[in-house]
Amino acid sequence: MFCGCPADYQAAEPNTRTCPVCLGLPGALPVINRRAVEYTVLTGLALNCRIPEFTKFDRKNYPYPDLMKGYQISQYDLPLALDGFLEIDGDTQLGLGRRRIGVERVHLEEDVAKSYDDRGEGYSLVDVNRSGVPLMEVVSKPDMRSAEEARQYLTLLHSIVQYLGVSTGNMQDGNFRCDANVSIRPVGSQILGTRTEVKNMNSFRAVYQALEYEVVRQREVIEDGGAVVQETRGWIEEREVTVSQRSKEYAHDYRYFPEPDLPPLRIGPERVAELAAELPEFAPQRSARFQADLALSGYDADLLAGSRSMANYFETTLTLRDADAAEVANWMLGDLARLLNQDHREIDASPVTPQRLADLLALVADGTLSTSLAKTVLEEMYATGGEPADIVREQGLGQISDTGAIEAAVAEAIAANPKAVADYISGKDTAARFLMGQVMRLTKGQAQPELALRLVQEGLELQKTRGSLEP
Amino acid sequence: MGSSTEHSAYGPTRNPWALDRIPGGSSGGAAAAVAAGQAPASIGTDTGGSIRQPAALCGVVGLKPTYGRVSRYGLLAFASSLDQIGPLTWTVADAAAVLQVLAGPDPRDATASTEPPPDLSRLFPGNVRGTRIGVPRVALADGVDPEVLDAFGAALAMLSDRGAEVCDVDLPHMQYAVPVYYLVAPAEASSNLARYDGVRYGHRAKLDGAAAGVSEMYARTRSEGFGAEVKRRIMLGTYALSAGYYDAYYVHAQRVRSLIRNDFDRAFAAVDAVAMPTTPTPAFRIGERIDDPLAMYLGDVFTVSANLTGLPAISLPAGLTQARLPIGFQLVGRPFDEATLLRIGDALERDAPWSDERPPAFA
Repeated sequence: MFCGCPADYQAAEPNTRTCPVCLGLPGALPVINRRAVEYTVLTGLALNCRIPEFTKFDRKNYPYPDLMKGYQISQYDLPLALDGFLEIDGDTQLGLGRRRIGVERVHLEEDVAKSYDDRGEGYSLVDVNRSGVPLMEVVSKPDMRSAEEARQYLTLLHSIVQYLGVSTGNMQDGNFRCDANVSIRPVGSQILGTRTEVKNMNSFRAVYQALEYEVVRQREVIEDGGAVVQETRGWIEEREVTVSQRSKEYAHDYRYFPEPDLPPLRIGPERVAELAAELPEFAPQRSARFQADLALSGYDADLLAGSRSMANYFETTLTLRDADAAEVANWMLGDLARLLNQDHREIDASPVTPQRLADLLALVADGTLSTSLAKTVLEEMYATGGEPADIVREQGLGQISDTGAIEAAVAEAIAANPKAVADYISGKDTAARFLMGQVMRLTKGQAQPELALRLVQEGLELQKTRGSLEP
Repeated sequence: MGSSTEHSAYGPTRNPWALDRIPGGSSGGAAAAVAAGQAPASIGTDTGGSIRQPAALCGVVGLKPTYGRVSRYGLLAFASSLDQIGPLTWTVADAAAVLQVLAGPDPRDATASTEPPPDLSRLFPGNVRGTRIGVPRVALADGVDPEVLDAFGAALAMLSDRGAEVCDVDLPHMQYAVPVYYLVAPAEASSNLARYDGVRYGHRAKLDGAAAGVSEMYARTRSEGFGAEVKRRIMLGTYALSAGYYDAYYVHAQRVRSLIRNDFDRAFAAVDAVAMPTTPTPAFRIGERIDDPLAMYLGDVFTVSANLTGLPAISLPAGLTQARLPIGFQLVGRPFDEATLLRIGDALERDAPWSDERPPAFA
């Protein structure tokens, strides 16, 4: 956030992504990362926030071995974005429909180093790689009424930051983190109950479970005649409970004051407008458009619109091919998705580009390839990064539509399978399909399927006639 | 830290003009080295007068540039919004030469000016014809040593003879400069010094037994590692920032700080530089004020305004007392107008009767 070190701390050897600034060495000074500020403004705009013209950084002072300078540079009272909202579908089980969940603020700060207290007796290890990595904090208003609504909110927020390219959104890697505050109150009461803060949830599922657990726990406390204590609790995944972390912390007076090493920022309306123009169409709108304009099913549209790169790939393929949207969707969500998932690859890294997919579909449309052959070609394209036309030519995979060639195979199949022939004659029409399969095998799948079936049927009918003519 | 260089980890530094006296502080060593002829120039840092005051007490030139003129990257931070690095030299021309090298933009310091410095070599010989110099008479009324006042008047007269116009200016909020400074500077220092905790570098206290944890290590390390004056300022600063006091002390002080700057901006509509003595007294004896920190702080009355306002300021030798102790004459200038200060300083220096004086022990 304030130095030039790479932010890839998860993959790096400990203490290899450091410099005097993020180490907080004497004499080091912070310098603002412009793109991090822009990302935060973009996120604020995507969340319908107001971007104040004047914003600044502040020092949050407290001592801890993972905090290099003894203070964290954060934003206190003049953050980058304020007063926004997200629209969720609402928890219909509670009779709640579509409505806005308020966003209090979006602000920027630096991350702290990572401590390892479990490596041995009497010492802790500190990895400074993570120190100074930009953190963008989105604080919601207490408008969500159930764990389900929290899940909806998080899912939407996750989609937005991925769409913006601001974050990978990966919770396991720590690129997308969630601390949840929850309180309960009697039905009809307007006053919020005492809240607890729950940390250490590493997946959306954990957030959901933790909130559900905490609501039940708080209810039991109150029903037993007690009062909920305002505290921080940690979610323990293995035991599916929250546990008080009170003893680990004491109330800190952070002595916030404006960061004197950084000038305040003035983000004028023109700059905000420029950034607003960079906002993409987000997942819900894009999915809705796919459904309305391209007649895709809701399910398929949501999947395709789910990530910006998927949606872009889809639309690019469509423009290249002027193809049937459903056909492209089927290929992307079926065979291509399967190949990508096997490798854990994102579609950005697909050796099958939109152009190549479009070309493949063109070969199916003009009859060169059957659908099943095209799947084989796709696999080859994925493995080698080759062009479909080249692969077809090199492997002689063009569909055979020459009747004579297929008839030879039909004759061979009929001769080799007298039982199937007999079954057909005695009324089992399915035997024709079996023989067609044999023809496909004999022609290495290259016979045009419809033609093969027709010729098989003709051949069988001829057998029937002959048979009936036999004495 | 401190105004006397008695608190250094290496023990007290002595004033070359009188070895039983302090050289000033906190850049007392830098000033003494130049005054004693041990170095042609030295670098100091000035947060509340720490270049100018020792320069005055040691009879050399000391320049605090405009805040942002010289990059602070690499400087151990004391008070981030006040610190500036600057030269101590025998002559004004030398100070200009050193400043030329120190000054300039630095992408590693977000508070450093992006403007390149002007060419300072063309300023000399300094001509003060028509240059207007303002004096805040009210500020000089109390607590200034009579010999210092006489020397101050004599220096103004010399400049006047050379064509400068001397007049009065009103800086009504200057009386608050010391209290404002002693809230803002320690507050920033308490935060800047938090990193010296024994975890990564520097002194780390030896702990007895496995029972001792991080908190104890912090407390012992810092108690052992910091001197008394530093501890005093950390405590002052932490207090001024704490919940319940932040608004009344730190925020309030920052507001008054703006008022002090407004006073100077108004004055600069009528004058090109504001003149004051650098210190109210010449060098005191080693140990004389060490038990009276407040008396020590009040000695900063003429220097802290330049740091609080970010304006450039220079201390120039202005003769000796009867006891042959140096006296300093100070000029404060417009933002980024070190050139005017250097020009006036050179005019004062030229043919000044004291220019050939040297500390007797080092002549």
